[in-house]
Amino acid sequence: MKSEIDLIKKIESYLFEEMSAEELAAFDLERKANSALDHKVIAHLDFLKTLKSFGEEKNLRNAMNEIHAELDVEALKEQYLEKPTKVIAMWRKHKKNLAVAASVAIVVTLVTLFSTGQFKKESNPSYSALKRDMENIKRSQNALIRNINSKNQDATPSQFGGTGFALTSNGYLVTNYHVVEGADSIYVQNNKGESFKVETIYIDPASDIAVLQIIDPLFENLAALPYTFKRKDSDLGEDVYTFGFPKDDVVYGEGYLSSATGFGGDSIAYQVSIPVNPGNSGGPLLDNKGNIIGIVSGKQTQADGAAFAIKSNFLLKAIDNIPQDSLKEKITINKKNTLAGLSRTQRIKKMQDFIFVVKVYNN
Amino acid sequence: MSNKINDSKPTDNEVILGILNNSSDTLKYLYKTYFPMVLQLIINNNGNEDDAKDVFQEGVLVLHDKIKSGDFELSSKLKTFLYSVCRRLWLKKLNHKSRFSGGDIKDYEDHFQVEQDVEQREEKDQQFLLMNSALNELGEPCKTIIEDFYIHNSSMQDICDKFGYTNADNAKTQKYKCLQRLKKLFFSQK
Repeated sequence: MKSEIDLIKKIESYLFEEMSAEELAAFDLERKANSALDHKVIAHLDFLKTLKSFGEEKNLRNAMNEIHAELDVEALKEQYLEKPTKVIAMWRKHKKNLAVAASVAIVVTLVTLFSTGQFKKESNPSYSALKRDMENIKRSQNALIRNINSKNQDATPSQFGGTGFALTSNGYLVTNYHVVEGADSIYVQNNKGESFKVETIYIDPASDIAVLQIIDPLFENLAALPYTFKRKDSDLGEDVYTFGFPKDDVVYGEGYLSSATGFGGDSIAYQVSIPVNPGNSGGPLLDNKGNIIGIVSGKQTQADGAAFAIKSNFLLKAIDNIPQDSLKEKITINKKNTLAGLSRTQRIKKMQDFIFVVKVYNN
Repeated sequence: MSNKINDSKPTDNEVILGILNNSSDTLKYLYKTYFPMVLQLIINNNGNEDDAKDVFQEGVLVLHDKIKSGDFELSSKLKTFLYSVCRRLWLKKLNHKSRFSGGDIKDYEDHFQVEQDVEQREEKDQQFLLMNSALNELGEPCKTIIEDFYIHNSSMQDICDKFGYTNADNAKTQKYKCLQRLKKLFFSQK
């Protein structure tokens, strides 16, 4: 303890230059020889510096506090504080509530849109128009599904019916998606009155297309298809004809292509001027050269002679989308047309074997 | 040392010189000119006027350290330096209080990186607090003797008279004892 005070004394007299010349020289020598002493001198020097700067800092802080006391901080605050406008203040205050309200609104909108089927057709450009159009289409399309139960209860127990036609001779058929939608079981009946059980193997609700396959063991392959499928769009004014089952016997209808787009400009369909009735849905639309150019899908309830048919192009696209490996039998699109050049009655006769009544049961 | 500043607006160089010479006029000028800038920064970024006072004074201390250590190069405007330092200090405080989590604050001036200066200041702050509490623990008359001699540069004779020591040697011995105790207190806290 004592020696340490002596040391401090010595160091201080060294630092404040109170030593005599000899003492100074002796101390310098001692520092050089004794590094521990040297360290202590340096440490002491450091400490004094810290002490000094502490003093300076304290003075500075006091001085600043004095200056600060002179300032009119309130006035400065008034001057520099950015006053949020009322809207921003309200926004800050209610940000959370607004966020919750907005999310609820979005969810409700989505649920509403979803539950009313607004997402089923996305291609329509205008939302409000879409809504009205969709409802109309649905109404008119539903109208084309013949409610067999109510009309002819004894003849058949099936609830709804439409038309279908052969896609290949090995038992693949096409009809509208809305015909088989929600079905528990589906049967098809040919012109000889034979019924076969079918299975839905592919649906494309956006294009309103369903591909069915006859899975009945009694079914024998059809003859080669007489018609082909047209990939290109057909021209306006083209003579067209169709077959359908608005009643139990096949009904032939004739007309012409009246517009290149369907209801409300829907580009996946044609507008056709042709008499169609409930039960015609899913029927083939053929041109004079024996090409399938569309599938009859609906009509406009408010207008006369405006029926609609899905373009065959979309049927072919749908078929392309079917994963071929999952099929039991291959779908080969017929390329050979045997209808061209025949008279109307001959054509009708030839076609009849390939048109089916689609009967839908859903409990 | 009273550098009378007659110009309404001293240049940055004059301000630096003033700080170097501990001019109280310069300090006053510095404070009154730049405090509003920092006040604006802080009260518009989740702070109040007391936060502004702390941050600004801390910022002036950083500037003071830098000028005193001799490595203040006037590569930027004094104003920009001060703003950058205060901005950095405030961001740190905000993060600390977790009132604010990263991102940007509302800026009013140009600014640049001053991380190093701010960190050096933090060390010094630590030392300041240590020394302050060591001195308080030291008690009287030691505290005053040490402050008078080492900080205010009073002569040993003055101290001797002030405290009524019979001779300067007694006072000196007392001073050494005080200094030794202070050293012990200071280093034991670390």
